[in-house]
Amino acid sequence: MTQIAVRMTDISKHFGGVRALENVSLEVYAGEVHALLGGNGAGKSTILKVLNGVHVPTTGTIEVAGQKLDVHSPEASRAAGIAMNYQEMSLVPTLTVAQNVFLTREAKTGRGFINDAEAERKTAELFATLGVDVNPRALVGDLGAGQKQLTEIAKAISQDARVLVLDEPSTALAVSDVDRLFAFLRTLKEKGTAIIYVSHRMDEIARIADRATILRDGRHVITAPLSELPIETMIEHIVGRRSLGLADVERGDTTRGEALVELRGVSGRDKPVDVSLTLYRGEVLGLAGLLGSGRSSLVRLIAGIDPMTAGSILIRGEPVRLRKPGDAIRAGIALVPEARATQGIIPAHSVASNMILSVLDGVSQRGFVDESRVRDVTDTQIKRLSVKTASRDHAVSTLSGGNQQKVVIGKWLATDPDVLILDEPTAGIDIGSKAEIIRLVRDLAATGKAILMISSELSELLTACGRIVVMADGRAHQDMLRGALDDPAEADNDIADRLQMAEQRLQIAIQDALTAREEANHEYR
Amino acid sequence: MSTVETHSRLRTFIGDWRQNIIYIGFAVIFLVFALTLNDKGFLNPNNLLNIVRQTAMIAVMAIAMTFVLSAGEIDLSVGAVAGLATVTVAMAISVAGPVGGVIAGLATGIAVGCFNGWLTTRIGIPSFLTTLAMMGIAKGVAMWLSDTAAVPILSPGYSWLFGGGSIGPIPVLLFWMLILGALGHVVLRRTGFGRRVLATGGGEQAARFSGIDTAQIKFRVLVLSSTAAAIAGMLYAGRLQSGRFQLGEGDELSVIAAAVLGGTSLFGGKGTVIGTIVGAMMIGLINNGLILMGLEFSQQLIARGGIIILAVALSQKKA
Repeated sequence: MTQIAVRMTDISKHFGGVRALENVSLEVYAGEVHALLGGNGAGKSTILKVLNGVHVPTTGTIEVAGQKLDVHSPEASRAAGIAMNYQEMSLVPTLTVAQNVFLTREAKTGRGFINDAEAERKTAELFATLGVDVNPRALVGDLGAGQKQLTEIAKAISQDARVLVLDEPSTALAVSDVDRLFAFLRTLKEKGTAIIYVSHRMDEIARIADRATILRDGRHVITAPLSELPIETMIEHIVGRRSLGLADVERGDTTRGEALVELRGVSGRDKPVDVSLTLYRGEVLGLAGLLGSGRSSLVRLIAGIDPMTAGSILIRGEPVRLRKPGDAIRAGIALVPEARATQGIIPAHSVASNMILSVLDGVSQRGFVDESRVRDVTDTQIKRLSVKTASRDHAVSTLSGGNQQKVVIGKWLATDPDVLILDEPTAGIDIGSKAEIIRLVRDLAATGKAILMISSELSELLTACGRIVVMADGRAHQDMLRGALDDPAEADNDIADRLQMAEQRLQIAIQDALTAREEANHEYR
Repeated sequence: MSTVETHSRLRTFIGDWRQNIIYIGFAVIFLVFALTLNDKGFLNPNNLLNIVRQTAMIAVMAIAMTFVLSAGEIDLSVGAVAGLATVTVAMAISVAGPVGGVIAGLATGIAVGCFNGWLTTRIGIPSFLTTLAMMGIAKGVAMWLSDTAAVPILSPGYSWLFGGGSIGPIPVLLFWMLILGALGHVVLRRTGFGRRVLATGGGEQAARFSGIDTAQIKFRVLVLSSTAAAIAGMLYAGRLQSGRFQLGEGDELSVIAAAVLGGTSLFGGKGTVIGTIVGAMMIGLINNGLILMGLEFSQQLIARGGIIILAVALSQKKA
């Protein structure tokens, strides 16, 4: 029975000086669901990209069904029988569902023309096997996130692969669709397909997986049957012991001032749903949750980017309408957005041009930009944030990721906001700059600003925040003080230990929120 | 300025030669023509001023096109709008005199620009399509209004000021080009509006998230462009003392080429008015040189296309 479908041996992958994977081995049996777990930056995506041929491993070998892969390319991996869905949606929005599922493998008529009718028939069959309802003739661009995700899954399944890799396939799926997907995976299993399943949802893993492999910081931690891995143990292995950087950021207590922002039953187009929360002067409030939990939608709404469909927002006790980003800026709100390269900076423009983008009127006199004021504003922020740049006139694209992020933060600090919102401010930034940004966030709160921060790195939230709201499925689920995640009995342990224990508790809170939302949805149905 | 600084500036200039290819190219082509075509009167002041007379309208439209391209949009209707403006100006002058003519011309440009801008920013039709359609509409309206005939302009004052006259040996057209060029340069480089235009084209989302009303910026650059096209039309009308729908036909390509040659990015976020003007002059220079060489029109077209491709290819970073 234990026929090995995939054997990856001593895989290392280095990107320049960064060791994304270090001697990781992974064995997946035919006919099992193998969970791949790990926090952000643990190396999950990297090892999957090595498996499906996107990355060439620096060292190590891959065998599929006993055959060594000599060439590392997406084509070679596909030919060897590996199929994968893509987390970041690889669908062409202007094509139909069926055309996407069979893209580059189109059914042909006798004369060699593309046969869309045949593709539609086969796609309909696929969805029927899955037991879900998606119209093969619909344009992908018109679909909701859940239906897109199902199309991605159908595309992976349609290849009749020996090894099926599902990378976070359920982030946008309704509970009932997840149930159907799992039922289908069980029948695939019986047919002998090996399934690698990546998810941050522990309850899902517990339901579907036979064995699990956990990675941390690019290294293999453990591979074990699920029966030997209760959720608490999994989280313990995923979190591990933090030794780097963050733990030395002192977490002093902040004094909380008056309420600056009050959300009352705020809803957006899809997410958030009915969120109420209050943000106080002098505090750092963290938003925790998984992909698709509605954290970014919530902050975009507060920044006047996404429209609000219900509820009200009060700033300093006054109700406001935030119809466009300018309204939010005038109300003293600044958002350091999620996608730095497209939403945060204009890469080809100079540091100075970027820094003054939100204060153009402030540095202008009768419509003319006053260059000396531009220099003042820019130099002040460069100094305050210690931005490393050759000069203020260099293009932002020449800076490192951490320094680019500092430019975005500087641009917003130049508006002297009362409320600073940061959406994943440390994504793709080296550990040194991360600690610097966390320290900066705490310092800013201490000067009387209110900070709202999203991060998928829980240790960061725990270090930076005085209070954490857990979100799931668009709703704010739990509002807890940071101190509540510490255990007084551990007060004597060193900081890194305490941080590790707190992170495990926060992980559990996030999983609880998810379960609670799913139960609520079941009842609703 | 110290010599060290001069030296380092010179080094940057040479180091960024791709950035400055337009100026180098202009100088090289000028030198080549000066050496080879001297006996045919290339360096004759009259010939050089003729180049100015022939390219001033292109330059005026290209100045505004620099704003449009910098904002990440495009305006294909400029040539046809110039043609339409020649007709409305000529007709208005015959009824209401020169002042009425000028008002009618400007109103034509502003009205077309508002329509382009409204379709692009409110209805969401890409400016490429909006202005492509407008190209046909403007030409059609011009033909219909004028019954496809030339409309004479019998106002010597108007003709002198708008394109026909000269102060001493210097054609009035040169002043139009320089004044509008200086204005455009200052607005793009030194005003908040200019910064917003560049930001909109450089990264629309980042600009919008920073509180810039990017739709309003796009609207304004399209109005600016049509207004400049109408001014170019008024210059054509003045120079030729008549309004005809054919005037300006096909100019959109030379206008876009002038801006791109001058270093303005077709994809937005990068543009210089000075480069654009030199780009327009370079196109005029090439046309003039090729005619003096005695090339046939067919050969001129081929040679001109080749030179433009060469200049743009040299300015690309990835060679």
